[in-house]
Amino acid sequence: MACVMKNLNSARSSLLFGAAALSLGALAAPAVAADYAAAKAAGLIGEKVDGYVAVVGAGDAELRRVVDDTNIKRRAVYASKAQEQHVTIEEYAFATGCTLIAKTEPGEKYQAPNGAWKTRGAGAPERDARCP
Amino acid sequence: MRARLTDPQRAATSGRMTATGHEAGQSGWRARAASAVLVAGALALSGCVSVTAPDKPIVIELNINIKQEVIYRLAADAANTVESNPDIF
Repeated sequence: MACVMKNLNSARSSLLFGAAALSLGALAAPAVAADYAAAKAAGLIGEKVDGYVAVVGAGDAELRRVVDDTNIKRRAVYASKAQEQHVTIEEYAFATGCTLIAKTEPGEKYQAPNGAWKTRGAGAPERDARCP
Repeated sequence: MRARLTDPQRAATSGRMTATGHEAGQSGWRARAASAVLVAGALALSGCVSVTAPDKPIVIELNINIKQEVIYRLAADAANTVESNPDIF
């Protein structure tokens, strides 16, 4: 009985959370998306090997907010896709990271397998040996 | 891979246990045969212990292979995910 109650409660709270996230996302999305695209193109934000973004260099509070916001949304997408594919969130995120680093445009920053930030040039980026 | 490596060790242990049981109940040549089995069992057991030594590297290698396999399998789906969420990728 206690178990059923707990499940019901968690289902209800995740529903509430989902609804809240949706409405928040709809309100905040345009401004953050513009910031994100601009910061990425300027090389202030870099793609990490693990499928998330990070601030390159010192950064500021606004940049960190954009990075955190993007990573939280990415993690939510990774979580649902990982569940569909029956893999861990880390595995799905890593696989996406391989794609994202491959798709970086010249001038954008990405993380090399050794952890160092690189600027994408004309050639292929340095990627983890496990990337397809 | 790991299960196959571990199984012989378990078989050898139970073989030795059985031999000891016989030895307690019998005498004469049977006892000698039993002790031969015991020695064989001990040899087999020591052989198994040496088999467990390369067990660790094999397991690590397996994990890497599984991960790469998973990433290859996810590549197409990951590309779709990136394309359908342009605001965060």
